[in-house]
Amino acid sequence: MFIWKLLLKNALRHRVRTLLTLLGLMVAVCAFGFLRTVVDAWYAGVEASSSTRLIVRSATSLTVPLPLAYAERLRAVDGLTTVSWSNWFGGIYQNERNFFPQFAVDPVSYLALYPEYKVSEADRIAWQRDRRGVIVGRKLATKFGWSVGDTIALRGTIYSGTWSFTLRGIYEGAQANVDENQMLMQWAYINESAKARNARRGDFVGVYVVGINDPNNAAVISQRIDAQFKNSLAETLTETEKAFQLGFVAMSEAILVALQAVSGIVILIIMAVMANTMTMTARERLAEYATLKALGFSPGFVVRLLFGESLLIALAGGLLAVAITVPLAAAFQQFAGSLFPSFRVTEETMLLQLAAALVIGMVAAAWPAWKMSRIDIVSGLRHVA
Amino acid sequence: MPSPALIDIRGLYKAYQRGEQEIPVLQGIELQVYPGEFVALMGPSGSGKSTLLNLIAGIDQPTAGTITIGGVDIATLSETELADWRAANVGFIFQFYNLMPVLTAFENVELPLLLSSLSSRQRKERVAQVLSMVQLDDRADHYPNELSGGQQQRVAIARALVSDPLMIVADEPTGDLDRTTGEEVLGLLDALVADLGKTIVMVTHDPKAAAHAQRLVHLEKGVLVDDAAATMQLTPAALAD
Repeated sequence: MFIWKLLLKNALRHRVRTLLTLLGLMVAVCAFGFLRTVVDAWYAGVEASSSTRLIVRSATSLTVPLPLAYAERLRAVDGLTTVSWSNWFGGIYQNERNFFPQFAVDPVSYLALYPEYKVSEADRIAWQRDRRGVIVGRKLATKFGWSVGDTIALRGTIYSGTWSFTLRGIYEGAQANVDENQMLMQWAYINESAKARNARRGDFVGVYVVGINDPNNAAVISQRIDAQFKNSLAETLTETEKAFQLGFVAMSEAILVALQAVSGIVILIIMAVMANTMTMTARERLAEYATLKALGFSPGFVVRLLFGESLLIALAGGLLAVAITVPLAAAFQQFAGSLFPSFRVTEETMLLQLAAALVIGMVAAAWPAWKMSRIDIVSGLRHVA
Repeated sequence: MPSPALIDIRGLYKAYQRGEQEIPVLQGIELQVYPGEFVALMGPSGSGKSTLLNLIAGIDQPTAGTITIGGVDIATLSETELADWRAANVGFIFQFYNLMPVLTAFENVELPLLLSSLSSRQRKERVAQVLSMVQLDDRADHYPNELSGGQQQRVAIARALVSDPLMIVADEPTGDLDRTTGEEVLGLLDALVADLGKTIVMVTHDPKAAAHAQRLVHLEKGVLVDDAAATMQLTPAALAD
């Protein structure tokens, strides 16, 4: 009890210094947590991917479409349970700043493959019945204030012209990392309209999404699929949904590495700042530590005092940092809109923030504690005189 | 038959190393202090009196010789054993009080008892008792910066006394105090000897402070030049100084 009282009183001895150290620590640990959340958000698509889904795309490029006729041949491949497809629509809602992903899909087979998109039975049927109908994620609907029945106009970029859709349903993610910022429309409607404008553009899909019966056979099934279309005009490249998503992440890998490096550097900087503070503190109290040792306290007691004080400040800074990271992330998500499918400070990040704070506290106290534990009593007492 | 010496110093030699050069500070000190004695160590600056006090207090190690205190040769103890020995046997009074600024007078006095086996209640009772002895019971909750120099030194005396040590070592206990306050503090030390039978070894430059001691030990250039009853050493001229 006495030592706790002493630790607290020592920590609050120079209030301005402690406050500034706490502030620096809080900012650094918050930045660490925030940057980690950005990296997590980047990988959210990967995390949300299912091991029972494969993506079949053109071996040439993702921008090269595949014939719709492949669907029948895919259904014949052993090990597949469901075959669906999607096209990137790429429309603009009001202006470019309002970006959100839009996919033209086959409603029945697509929703069967994505059970994590929770949509009511009534909404699902309404969407399937309306060729101009769309469903959107809850976050997207909230962001633009859409309700079921609203008309949404998109300016096409890949499919030119103005497209008018009716909102028929709103889905919610079964888990927190499910993207609720998407719009799904009927592929058949887009395909027919495109064909009407240019017959050569019809009956193509961007990618096939296929369900498999056993995730352990993903590699074998992928090989089977690609073998089916070997030496054809549109050869395929089949990979797991996770590998497909990782391909997108890899495009911005340099940025992610930079972000991770910055978060590490921030921690190193505050570690040096706090180590300096603790060294200064220990030097000022040289005579006090010498007095304690003269009275019979062991060098270990002095070590505990310094480590305790440093950890106390670090823990307080860490807890405050965690407390402000959560609202900061929420505010950022509001600002970033649909840029990230999920922007959430995970429990793991919070624990890492606290761990980082404690490591900072430990490292900062290590040198002064070692130095003070070895202090010569006579020289230490002379420090006062 | 006289009682055995509480402090028995034989052939004490202390030197500091500066590069390859050895600088002797104490040379061949022979000194015995008996229980209940109040001894003043005097001498000019650099004479080695503070070094001798540090050696007696067990916060410095001799180069050669023995320092037997209460039957224990403290020169042979390890650092940990010496720390335990100090906690049980030595009370310290410093020139600048050396109180913990973040602790109240009560907490400062309680500090040495944290190393004892006393319960929290027993500790508090003992602290209250010694604070009362130094007439500071009404200042128990005050922090050092809220106390005068004399009051701080009384807190330090209470801290030195609280664990009931074998001896008290005082390094210039009145060096930072005015004459009146210094006299009050010295009166308190007199009382510790007279009423509680404590053994005190005090370093001082001040002949008037030394006059409170029963015996005066004079050092010069690391050698004990005189060891006599204080009354014989302090002439009226010295006292008037």
